Amino acid sequence: MSQLRTSKSDLARDFGISDDRSLSLFLKTLPGVDQVGAEARAVELGTRSIKKESKAWAIDMAISMVDLTTLEGADTEGKVRSLCNKAHRPDPTDPSVPHVGAVCVYNDMVKIARSHLDSIGANEIPVAAVATAFPSGRASREVKLRDTRDAIEAGASEIDMVIDRGAFLSGHYKSVFDEIVAIKKECGEKAHLKVILETGELVTYDNVRRASYLAMIAGADFIKTSTGKVTPAATPPVVLIMLQAVRDFFDRTGIRIGVKPAGGIRTSKDAIKQLVLVNEIAGPEWLSPAYFRIGASALLNDLLMQRFKMRDGYYASSNYVSIE
Amino acid sequence: MKESSNPFTYAPAPESRELVSIESSYDLFIDGKFIAPKSKKRFPSINPATEEVLSKISLGGKEDLDLAVKSARRAYEKVWSKLPGKERGKYLYRIARLMQERAREFAVLETLDNGKPIRETRDTDIPLAIQHFFYHAGWADKLEYAGHGSNPRAHGVVGQIIPWNFPLLMLAWKVAPALATGNTVVLKPAETTSLTALLFAQVCLDAGLPAGVINIVTGDGTTGASLIAHKGIDKFAFTGSTEVGKAINRALAATGRPVTLELGGKGANIVFEDAAIDQAVEGIVQGIFFNQGHVCCAGSRLLLQENIHDHFIEKLERRIEKIRVGDPMDKNTDLGAINSKEQLQKIVELTQSGEVEGAKAWQPDCALPSRGFWFRPTIFTNVTGAHRIAREEIFGPVLSVLTFRTPQEAIEKANNTPYGLAAGVWSEKGSRILWASRELKAGVIWANTYNKFDAASPFGGYKESGWGREGGRHGLLPYLTQSQTPRVRSGKGARK
Repeated sequence: MSQLRTSKSDLARDFGISDDRSLSLFLKTLPGVDQVGAEARAVELGTRSIKKESKAWAIDMAISMVDLTTLEGADTEGKVRSLCNKAHRPDPTDPSVPHVGAVCVYNDMVKIARSHLDSIGANEIPVAAVATAFPSGRASREVKLRDTRDAIEAGASEIDMVIDRGAFLSGHYKSVFDEIVAIKKECGEKAHLKVILETGELVTYDNVRRASYLAMIAGADFIKTSTGKVTPAATPPVVLIMLQAVRDFFDRTGIRIGVKPAGGIRTSKDAIKQLVLVNEIAGPEWLSPAYFRIGASALLNDLLMQRFKMRDGYYASSNYVSIE
Repeated sequence: MKESSNPFTYAPAPESRELVSIESSYDLFIDGKFIAPKSKKRFPSINPATEEVLSKISLGGKEDLDLAVKSARRAYEKVWSKLPGKERGKYLYRIARLMQERAREFAVLETLDNGKPIRETRDTDIPLAIQHFFYHAGWADKLEYAGHGSNPRAHGVVGQIIPWNFPLLMLAWKVAPALATGNTVVLKPAETTSLTALLFAQVCLDAGLPAGVINIVTGDGTTGASLIAHKGIDKFAFTGSTEVGKAINRALAATGRPVTLELGGKGANIVFEDAAIDQAVEGIVQGIFFNQGHVCCAGSRLLLQENIHDHFIEKLERRIEKIRVGDPMDKNTDLGAINSKEQLQKIVELTQSGEVEGAKAWQPDCALPSRGFWFRPTIFTNVTGAHRIAREEIFGPVLSVLTFRTPQEAIEKANNTPYGLAAGVWSEKGSRILWASRELKAGVIWANTYNKFDAASPFGGYKESGWGREGGRHGLLPYLTQSQTPRVRSGKGARK
C-alpha cells in the first residue's frame, strides 16, 4: 500500500474527506470484517500460554498501562485522593512496582486529582478526564466543548471523549467527524485525545472498523472501546479489530495511534490476553503505555496479587492489597 | 522491530510429558490381545521434532495379517454381526467416553509421535476423533433411516489403511463408521505414527470390546500391500497419497471388493476483491499452515484477484512472521515438525523446483531447532499454472500464489487440476459464494473459512482425490450393503 507519511493536520485532506458524502464513501471502501473469522482469531490468541519471566514482564507492563478509573456519582474527594495514592504506588511495600498510566476521573475531580498527585510527587502521572457529556454524549456541541475546556483548565492532560453514536448509526458520519475535530482543536497541544467509540452500541465489527478510521482521521491520539457503562465492552474481538485498524493506519500514514480497551477487563489473565493481542496484531511497537492503555479499576489489585504470587510462590489473601 | 528485540517473547510453556508412558516396544493388537509379530521384525518410531527413538513398533507380516483377518472374521460371525445396533452403539459410546477421559494423554502422545503442535492435537485432532465416535454411536441403531435402503447390512471384515498426518483422527474416521455399521476391522496405521493407535487398542480393551472386532497391525508399506492383497477382506478403505491409491485400485480391480479412497489434493483458496481481507489472510494461513501443511485438503493454491495482490501479500507476510515455529510440545507453537525425513526431502525438492521454474519464494526469518525435521512457512509468488508447485501436492507448509482477473477465470484456474478434494471461497458477497461453490469441482467447499471439520459433515473428493465419503450420513454408505433376505430384527428374545 502506498504510504502517505502525512502529518496529522493533513489527514482529512489526504484521505480525500471534505463532506458527508466523501467520508461516507471512504468508510465504505474499508474491507468488511467477517464476524466468525475475527472471533475465531481472538479465541486462538486467547490460548497463548504466558509463563514465568514473560508473565512477570507482562504484569508490570499491564500495571503501567492501567488508566486507574473511578467514574461514579458517589465519587468523593477522599476517594479520588486515595485512588491517586494507589496510582502512584500500587504496592506501598514494594517500590519496584511501576506507577499506572493515568488516573481517570470525572471533570469536577480533575483538580483534586492533579493537585494531590503533584503533592505526593507523582507529577509524571497524567490525569485523564471523561468529557463531552460522558457517557451518553447527549448534549450540544457547545456544552461538550465547554466541558473539554473546563477539564483542561483544571489540569487534565488527557481527554476521553465519547462519539455521538446516534449520529454514527444514522449515517451522519461527518457530524461525528466534525465533533472530534472540534474537540481535538480544543485540546490543542495541552491534552491528548482519546476517542471512545462505545462499541457495545455500534454492535457490528464493520461499524467498529469504520468508527476507528473515522476517529483516527479526525485526529484521535487514542481510540478507546467503551465508557464502561455499556456491555459488552472491551471484548477481545473488538480490541482485535481496533488493533488491526491502528496497524493498517500506521502502514498507510506513518502515524501511530494508541488503543485503550476499557470495561470488563478485571483479571490478570484478561489483561495478559490483551497484551498478546497487541503483540501479535498491532505489533510489539504498541507495547507501551504511550500506545496502549487499559481502562480499569479492579484489575490493578488482581495484577498485584499475581505479582505477589510470582514473587512468593503462593497466592496471598486479598487482604494484603488495599481495596482503594 | 525484530522479534529478538521484542521484550514480550513468550517463555517456554511446555506441556508435561509425564502424562504418557511409552513402552520400549509394542506388539500387534490381534484378537483382543497384544501379541508379538510372527515376522519377528520391529522398526523404530521416532519423534520428528527431536529424532529421539520413542519405541520399537512391530512390523506385521503376512502371517500376522492372516491371524488378524481370521480373528476379525470370527468376531464378525460369532459376535458382532449378532449384536443389535443399540448394543454396538453402547460400545462406541464407551470408547468415546474413555477417549475423552484420556484426551490429554492422547494429545501428548500424538504430538510426540507426529511432530504436530500440542495446541492442534489438544484443540482439534483429539476432540474431533472423540466426536466421530459419539456421532457414529448414535447411528448404530438407526441405520434403516440413513437413506441407504430398508435393510442395510455390514460387509463383514474391512481392511483400513490410514495416513500419518492425523493418526488418531483418521483412525476415528475409519473405525467409528465401520463399527457402527456392524463391520469388524483390520487396521494398519501409518509407519511413522502408530503410537496413538496402540493406545486406542488399550482403550478398546478397557471398553470391553469383544475380541477381534478391532485388530491393529502396525507395519510399513509391505504390510499395507499384503493387507490389500488379502483375500479374506470384504471391503477396503484407504486414506493417503494418490499414487498409492491408484496402486490399490489396480490391485483390487475386478475382485468385486469395494474400496473407498481419500487421496491427495491441491486445494484452491480463492480470494475475491470484496473479501473480508484480514479474515481471508487468517483463513489462508489456517488453510496452508495448519498441521504443517500435511493436510490432504490444504489450501495450497492461493488464487488472488489481481487488483488486491500486493496489498494482500504484504498482509499475509506480516501475519506469517507471527507464526511460532518450534517445539511442538510448547503450548504457544503454531507450526511443528515435518513428520519425517522423507517428507522433508520431498518438500525441499518441490520448493527447489519452484525456484528453478522462476517463482519467487519468501520465508520469514524464524529460527529453527537444530535437531529434527523442519521447514519454514513458505510462500511462492509469480507462480503460473504450469509450475510443478502449482500442480503437484507438496504436503508441506508451502503456498503457491496465482492471480486471476475475473470470477470466471478464478473458477477455471481452480478447477484446472487433476485433484478435486477441497476449495475455499472468500467474498462478502453471498451470491458470488453460491455461484462459485456451484462451479467448483471439489468435494468440500468452504466459504469464508477453511479446514473446518465435523463428524456430521461428509468429506471426500472428486477426480484423483478419490471417491466415497467419510463422515455424516453419506459416510455410512461405503460400509453398508443391501441384503437380499430381510434380517429378522426385534428384541433380545428374538435373536438366536
